[in-house]
Order: sequence, then structure tokens, then C-alpha cells
Amino acid sequence: MAFYVFLEWLIGLLLIAGGLFAFVGSLGMLQFKDFFMRLHGPTKGTTLGIGCILMASMVYFSVVQPGLHVQELLITLFLFITAPVTGHMLAKTGLHMHLRYTRDTRGSPPELRDEDVGQGRVARPPRPRRPASEGQKRRWRLRR
Amino acid sequence: MRSLGRLLPTPTLSLVLLVVWLLLGRSLSPGQLLLGAGLAVGIPLLIGRLWEPLPRVRKPWTLCRFVGRVLWDILKANLEVSYLILKPGRAPRPGFVEYPLLVREPLTVTLLANTITLTPGTVSTNIRLDRSSLLIHVLDLDDEQALVEEIRSRYERPLKEIFEC
Repeated sequence: MAFYVFLEWLIGLLLIAGGLFAFVGSLGMLQFKDFFMRLHGPTKGTTLGIGCILMASMVYFSVVQPGLHVQELLITLFLFITAPVTGHMLAKTGLHMHLRYTRDTRGSPPELRDEDVGQGRVARPPRPRRPASEGQKRRWRLRR
Repeated sequence: MRSLGRLLPTPTLSLVLLVVWLLLGRSLSPGQLLLGAGLAVGIPLLIGRLWEPLPRVRKPWTLCRFVGRVLWDILKANLEVSYLILKPGRAPRPGFVEYPLLVREPLTVTLLANTITLTPGTVSTNIRLDRSSLLIHVLDLDDEQALVEEIRSRYERPLKEIFEC
């Protein structure tokens, strides 16, 4: 009996932790100031959040139903393979499109060499219609 | 034996495909086994031309330790990033760091880039096509040199040991 109580606690804890991590990861999208920083939230927080929830699901269904439930491991595996790749592609696209980043950023991405850029021109986002205000200029380092 | 080699050019990949198929189906019935076996033989033959031969794992034990360390670091990374997000007072200091690569094999570079993205406050942003360096965006950059050293000793050296010697 005590074993089941322990499992219940474990599952509950995992679910709460997973929800919290996923939530905080998404909160990062709101909190951070530029594209590259916002990338950090979803690539990490969400991965572990979903990992926790999947673990809870694994434990729960292994206890409640006969047999061992391990196919959640597959989801985790696929997630761990695809999340960083997506993050990398997004970041790379950001670099190619010369997205703005905050002034506090130290160092700067080195100029992309020809072989990094490839043959065709990369589409750029439309320029802002209004000229940036003084405050915006102070906060953003414009790379054009 | 030759014909078996031609039918199964990559036994490990075939085995992984079979196991994944059985896990997805959640059954060990003869039908699923047969279908899985068919896929395990067919898919490698179909994608054979796209498949780059993978370097052999030379030190499985080091690989296990590496995976364990990365999982632990993922946990730490999440706590750190969550802390940075929730803490209102201090603004994080982001930065770009160019990391010179030691490893050259495509698989090792991919693994390293993925590991970097999954671990504390770093996202890999660009790999030079000649694989000479990796550009990393750091969420909270304290000491550039220390970061490069840490990645070098924690992730790149073990990866190099595991796959390239």
C-alpha cells in the first residue's frame, strides 16, 4: 500500500515539475528581449518539461495497466533529437536575416563567409516603416 | 554471408528500426514482427545512398558516462534558465562566442552542436561549412574563455575519444 502512495506522490511531483518547467520555458518568450535569447526557453525548458510529463505517464500506465509502457521513451528520444536541430535552424535563419539583438550582447557574430551563405540571396525582413525612436536606438543595436 | 551483407548493409540501423517499430506498435505479435523486419530490411536499402557510414563507437563505457552527464546537465540547464527567467532583478548578459572545433567528423560535430543546445544557457547558431568553428549564443555570458574550456573538457574531448580516438 505504501508503495502505491509513494508512486502517487512521484507521479504527481513529476506532473507538477513538468508543467512548471514547460510554463517557465514559455514565460522566457515573454521575458527575454531579443530573438536569440528567446530561443533559450523553448529549446531547454520545454524539453525537460515534456520529459517529466512523459516519465509520469510511463510510471502511471505501467502501474495501472498490465505490461511495461516504454513507448514514451521514444517520444523523449525523438524530442531530444529534433529540438536542438530546430533551435539551430531557427538561430541560423536569424543570423542570415540579420535580426536585431540587444545592445548588451557581448561579442558579435562574425561576418558570414560566402560559403556559409550559399548561392542565392536570403530574403530579409521588411524594414520598419517608422524610423526608430531614440529610445529604441539606444536599446537595439541595428545591424543592417 | 556476402548476400546477407548486401541485404543488411547497416545491421545496427536495422535493429534500431525494428525495435522502434515494435515499441510504436506495443506488441510482439508475429504480424508486427514480420512487418517490422520488412521495414528494417527495406528502409536501409532505400536510404542507402543518403547514408553516410557512421564512425564506430570505440569506447561504449565512455559513451554511457557521456549520456549520463548530458542528462544531468540538461536538468541543471533547465534550473539555471528557469532561474534566469524568473529572477526579475538582474538582466542576463547575452553574448556570441565563436568556438573553435577540434572534432571534424559530421556525426561528432552534430552531436556536439545538439549537446550544446541542450545544456546550460547555450544555443549553437552556426557551423562553418568547413567545420572549423561553431558559433554559440550564450544566454548569460560570464567568462568567454572559461566557457570554451568547459565545453572542450566536458563534451568535446569525450566525444572525440568515443568516436575518433
